[in-house]
Amino acid sequence: MKPIQTLRKTRKVFRTAPPTAWFGMTVILIVLIAGLFAPIVAPYGETEIVGAPGLTIGGHFLFGTDQIGRDILSRVIFGARNTVGIAFITTILAFSLGLVTGLLAAVLGRWADQLLSRIVDILMAIPSLIFALLILTMTGTSIVNMVLVIAVLESTRVYRLTRAVGMNVGVLDFVEVAKLRGEGLWWIIRHEMLPNIATPLAAEFGLRFCFVFLFISALSFLGLGIQPPTADWGSMVRENATLISFGLPTPLVPAAAIALLTVSVNFVVDWFLYQTSGLKD
Amino acid sequence: MSTPGDNGSGETARGDVLLEMKGLRLEGRVDEAWTEIVHGVDLTLHRGEVLGLIGESGAGKSTIGLAALGYARDGCRITGGQIFFDGIDLAAAPESVRRRLRGSRIAYVAQSAAAAFNPAHRLIDQCTEAPVRHGLMSYREAADAAQDLYGRLHLPEPRTIGFRYPHQVSGGQLQRAMVAMAMAAKPDLIIFDEPTTALDVTTQIEVMAAIKEIVEQFDTAAIYVTHDLAVVAQMADRIMVMRDGNLVEEGLTRALLDHPDEEYTRALIAVRQLRKEAEAPIAGQTPILQVEHVTAAYGDVPVLHDISFEVPRKRTVAIVGESGSGKSTAARVITGLLPPVSGRICYDGTELPANYRKRSRDQLRRIQMINQMPDTALNPKHHVRDVIGRPLSFYLGQQGTEKEERIRELLALIELEPDQYIDRLTTELSGGQKQRICIARALAADPDLIICDEVTSALDQLVGEGILRLLIRLQDEFGLSYMFITHDLATVRAIADEVVVMKDGEIVESGAKNEIFQPPHHEYTELLLSSVPEMDPDWLDRLLAKRGDEFRDRGI
Repeated sequence: MKPIQTLRKTRKVFRTAPPTAWFGMTVILIVLIAGLFAPIVAPYGETEIVGAPGLTIGGHFLFGTDQIGRDILSRVIFGARNTVGIAFITTILAFSLGLVTGLLAAVLGRWADQLLSRIVDILMAIPSLIFALLILTMTGTSIVNMVLVIAVLESTRVYRLTRAVGMNVGVLDFVEVAKLRGEGLWWIIRHEMLPNIATPLAAEFGLRFCFVFLFISALSFLGLGIQPPTADWGSMVRENATLISFGLPTPLVPAAAIALLTVSVNFVVDWFLYQTSGLKD
Repeated sequence: MSTPGDNGSGETARGDVLLEMKGLRLEGRVDEAWTEIVHGVDLTLHRGEVLGLIGESGAGKSTIGLAALGYARDGCRITGGQIFFDGIDLAAAPESVRRRLRGSRIAYVAQSAAAAFNPAHRLIDQCTEAPVRHGLMSYREAADAAQDLYGRLHLPEPRTIGFRYPHQVSGGQLQRAMVAMAMAAKPDLIIFDEPTTALDVTTQIEVMAAIKEIVEQFDTAAIYVTHDLAVVAQMADRIMVMRDGNLVEEGLTRALLDHPDEEYTRALIAVRQLRKEAEAPIAGQTPILQVEHVTAAYGDVPVLHDISFEVPRKRTVAIVGESGSGKSTAARVITGLLPPVSGRICYDGTELPANYRKRSRDQLRRIQMINQMPDTALNPKHHVRDVIGRPLSFYLGQQGTEKEERIRELLALIELEPDQYIDRLTTELSGGQKQRICIARALAADPDLIICDEVTSALDQLVGEGILRLLIRLQDEFGLSYMFITHDLATVRAIADEVVVMKDGEIVESGAKNEIFQPPHHEYTELLLSSVPEMDPDWLDRLLAKRGDEFRDRGI
C-alpha cells in the first residue's frame, strides 16, 4: 500500500513538472551519462591529437579542434567527468562540514556558536577566489588541495544557512519537549531538526554545486585548478582563448557547457523549491 | 425590477440599508484545488446597526467580514453573489472604486493590532494616513481629529500619545489606537475582526467599552466578527451564527440568546457551563509537588518573587493570571528549563535538581507538560505513531507489538480511532486533534503530574471544552495531578480543585476553588472575576455603570 502510494505521488510530481525542469533534468542526465561513459561515448581520446589545430565548428570534427589539434567534443565529454565529478565531491565535502558545524552552533549556542561563527566570519571576510589562490600557491596545485580548499571556503555559506534555519526550528516547542524528555543532542538533531530543515538545505545543495563548479572552472582558467593535459571545461576555455582572435567560435563550446549545466541545475532547484515549500499559492 | 413610479417607498428603504450581500460565495485554495468555503450567504446591515458574526474557526466569518470591503484574502476569491455597499456592487466594481471606499467609508480593525501597525511609524502618522490620502482632511485637521478620538477612546494623554511608536503603548491601548485609526475618516461601516480575542479579560473590557461607546457616538454601522458569543452579546444589535460557511441562525441579540432555534446555537450558549465539584486534598499525604519560596529571573529581569504553592495528589491546581503575571515562568522553573535564583522544587517530598539536564530519566518521566500551541508542540514531519511511541520506548523500553498495542490503546483513550489516525502526519490533524495527541504523548510516559499550559486557549470553545472533559476523565481514571495554567476563569471553574491567583510575579490569593469564587475576594481576584463576559447583553453596561467613575479616572 505505502510504496505504491509514494510511487503514485512521485509520478504525479514528475507529470506536473514545468518544461524548464524537464529541460534541466534532461541536460543533467546527458552530462551524467557523458561523464560516466566518457571513453565509450567520446569519438576520440582525451589527449589524442587527431587533426590540424584550430579547425572550426561543423567540419569533420563536430565542435572543431583546439590549439594543438585535439577533438573538442571528446574533450568536453571527458571534461564532464573531471569537472563535474570533482565539483560533486567538493560540494558533498563542503556540505558535510557546513551542516555539522551549523547544527552544532544552532543547538549548543553560547560559546560553541560564538567560536564557530567568528571563524566563519574570518573566512568569509577574505574574498574567496583570492583566498583560494593564496592557499593553493602556498601548498601547490594538486587536485586534493584544491578540493579541500574549496570545500572549506564553500562550507562557510552552508554553515550560515544551516545555523539560521536550525535556530528557527530549535526554538519550537517540539524541540523543547524532546529536551525535557531527556533526549540526547544527537537524537534531537537527527529526529527533530534535520527533517524540518531538509528542504532549504536540498535547495542550497543544488545552488552550492553550481558555485563550486564555477569556482573550479575559474581556478582552472587562472591556471591553478585541474592541470593540463587533463580535460576540464574551465581550462579548455583558457587554453583556446587565443583562437577567438582568429575569429573561431570553438572556445565558446566549453564555456557554453558550463553555462548550460549551471542554468539546468538552477531550473531543477527552482522546481524543487516550488514543490516542497509554500510557494505554490 | 424598479420602475420610476415606485421610487417613493423604494428610496427610503434603500437609504436605510447600508450593506447588502446576496448569495455571497467564496472559494479558498486547498491543496491546489479551489473549494467553496462560503456557500451563498445573505446579509443585510442597516445604518447605525451593529451586526455580530459568530462561529468557530473555519466558519467563514472573517472571510465574510473582509468581503464587506470587497476584498478576498490571498488564496481566496469571490465567485458568486453581490455585495452592495450603499448601492455600489463591490464584487463587480473596479479596484479603483473599491480602493476609494476602503479607509474612507469602510474601515477594518484587525485581530492583532501589534501585527497591523507598522512599528517604524508613530501612531498619529498612521491614524491620519487614511483621511489625508483620500483627500478628506489636511494633516492638521486629521491630527486634531485623531487626538479627539484618542480622548473619546479614553487613551491616556490623548494630546501626546499619538507621538509614540506602537511598541511604546500597551496591547489594549494599541487596539484602541487601531479603532481610532479606523474611525479617522468617519466611515459609515467598520469591520471588527476579533478585536479583543488576543487580549486579557481586564483589557478586553476597556476595548469593548471604548468600541461600544464610539460606535454609538458616531452612529456607525459595524460588523463584529468573533468566536465568543458572550462578547458579541454586549456589542451587537443582531447576531448571525455561522458554521462551515453556512448561516445557522440569525436574530436580534436578546431573542437569539433567550430562544435559540438551532441545536448548534444552544451548544455555543451553553459552552461555558462546564463545572466540576472541587475536592479537598486527601489528608495526610505528601503533596506531589511543592514549590518553595521560588524567585526567578530572565537575566536581570525579575519575573517571580518568592512563590510558594503545592499541588496535592490527584487534584488540579489552577494558576490564574493575566499575561505577564509569571504563570508560564513558574512552569518553566518546575520543569527545570529555567533554574530559579533561589528557592526549591520538591517532588513527592524530595528536592528536584534545578536544571532539567541534571534530573534523572525517571524524574523527567513523572512530570509531563502539555503546551499551549499544539501546532508547534508537534514535529510536523513526524507521524502520530512516532510521536506517541517515542516516550514508550524511551522511558519504558517498549518495542514491537507491545509498543504498537499501547499506542493504539492511548489513541482510543483520547477518543481518536486508532486505525484512522496512527499513520497520519501531525500536520494532517485539526487543532483539537493535535492537542489530544499531545495529551496522549504525555500519558505515554505514565506520569504522576501533568502541567497544562493554556491548553485550550488556542482552540475553539466547543473543542476546548471537549479537551477539558477528556482531562477530567483521565484524572479520574489514572489518578493524575494537574497544574493548570490559564487566564480564563471559565476554565478554572470547569476543572480546578484549588486556585492560585498571580499578578506581576507574585501570588495574590490562593485557596480552594469554592473559597476563591465566593466573596469576599481580594481586589485583584474581584477584578478578574467581574471581567469575564457573561451571556447577558446588559452585562457590560451594568459593569461599567458599577465601576463607573473609578474606571474612567484610572484611564487605562
